[in-house]
Amino acid sequence: MPEPVFNSPTTDLRVVACPHCDLLQRLPALAAGEAARCPRCDKELWRRREDPLERTLALAIAAAILYVVANTVPMLGLSAVGHHASTTLFGGARHLWDDGQEIVAVLVLFTAVVAPALQIGSMLAIVVGARRPCPPSWVGTLLRHHPRTATWSMIEVMILGVLVALIKIADYASVNAGLALFALGALVVLLAAMQSAFDPREVWARVEWADAAARSAVERAARDAAAEVPS
Amino acid sequence: MGRRGGAKRRGTRRARRRRRGAVVTTAPVAAIQRGWQSCEACGLLSRPGADAGACPRCGEELAFRKHRSIERTWAFVIAAAVCYVPANLLPVMVTTTAAGSAPDTIMEGVILLWSPTGWPLSLIVLIASIMIPSAKILALVYLLVTVQRGSVANNAERVRLFRTVELIGRWSMVDVFVDTFTAALVQLQPLMAVEPGPGLLFFAAVVVLTMLAVESFDPRLIWDAAPSEEVVHA
Ligand SMILES: [Zn+2]
Repeated sequence: MPEPVFNSPTTDLRVVACPHCDLLQRLPALAAGEAARCPRCDKELWRRREDPLERTLALAIAAAILYVVANTVPMLGLSAVGHHASTTLFGGARHLWDDGQEIVAVLVLFTAVVAPALQIGSMLAIVVGARRPCPPSWVGTLLRHHPRTATWSMIEVMILGVLVALIKIADYASVNAGLALFALGALVVLLAAMQSAFDPREVWARVEWADAAARSAVERAARDAAAEVPS
Repeated sequence: MGRRGGAKRRGTRRARRRRRGAVVTTAPVAAIQRGWQSCEACGLLSRPGADAGACPRCGEELAFRKHRSIERTWAFVIAAAVCYVPANLLPVMVTTTAAGSAPDTIMEGVILLWSPTGWPLSLIVLIASIMIPSAKILALVYLLVTVQRGSVANNAERVRLFRTVELIGRWSMVDVFVDTFTAALVQLQPLMAVEPGPGLLFFAAVVVLTMLAVESFDPRLIWDAAPSEEVVHA
């Protein structure tokens, strides 16, 4: 494999380009909870969080526990004229597969089971790794892919779908929501809290660089700039 | 009249933003005009050498704009529009009772749900399954056409439209989940059974393809046609 070619970083890490309009700007110093927005397109560029690593870790652990509960206990039960049926999240996808809808079954399984697991798991690994004194580069690799897991994790959409299905079926059979549905509801809230407690800039500031020489050059430049300004 | 009113409105909006933590624009130029590349994954700005390289911080391959953004977005949008037709014409659900089988398309499902008590559900399905997918396809076509024409009008509105499409697109998956769990539960043979219909695959394809189209669209293209003078005074 050829050696990768790296770009040379700009020396001031506070100067960024807006991801939605490319406008160059310098991020201001923010107090926790404050956000900086792009003056041209209003995209939120950075929201500083209080203790991002500790809070995110706590929420991610809670989410992992709820996730396990939600995927093991029944989600929906149905009884009508002597029939009883219940299904878990996994069971729903499996039924589709048995009916010859393999592709849709995989999509349901991915968006409702696999992507949330990846979202929670990678977040746990990222914050655990970032809390180490010298975060290794795999933390950055996980963080690079984390937003995509959040995009495809659709538990909140699934809950709405389940509620619609429940009310639809209620016309001709008695249905009851299982424990998993309540666990999933709580999980949606936890996942939203976990994402908003997290501050990727905090992790990027700590993580080891792909090009280690570039990082030391940037840090040296920052030290020199600080030394030049008389306090 | 519009110009002065607009300037005034912009002024107050900017003041509100300053209270929320302002961004000080060091130089009112786009990164591309300086020859800088911004990493989509970690946000680091860097200057490419002779060839575009990787981000020195996270190792992501860098480019000024997403690779072949327009072509790839068009491909996904067209594929989504093609799948949209069978998704709406073929049944997504087949209900079998002693009286025979009754296939339902998405629209028939909406109508069936419509009742004095069921109309909120019907409305949810109508919005999520019919209005959002079609609005998404139309919005993406509008963004692609205006970018390809080099339009400089309504940039802020267009980027807001892009963000709305990005935010609400996932909710179209509702119907896939409704049909999945209805079919998994309603297995009361020989009285009644519900099976997924062939339209479901096309409907799921529309959702996935439009999400991929949004992912491959680069909103910075909206601003690239802006004359540099406008950028300077922004
Ligand atoms: Zn912007």
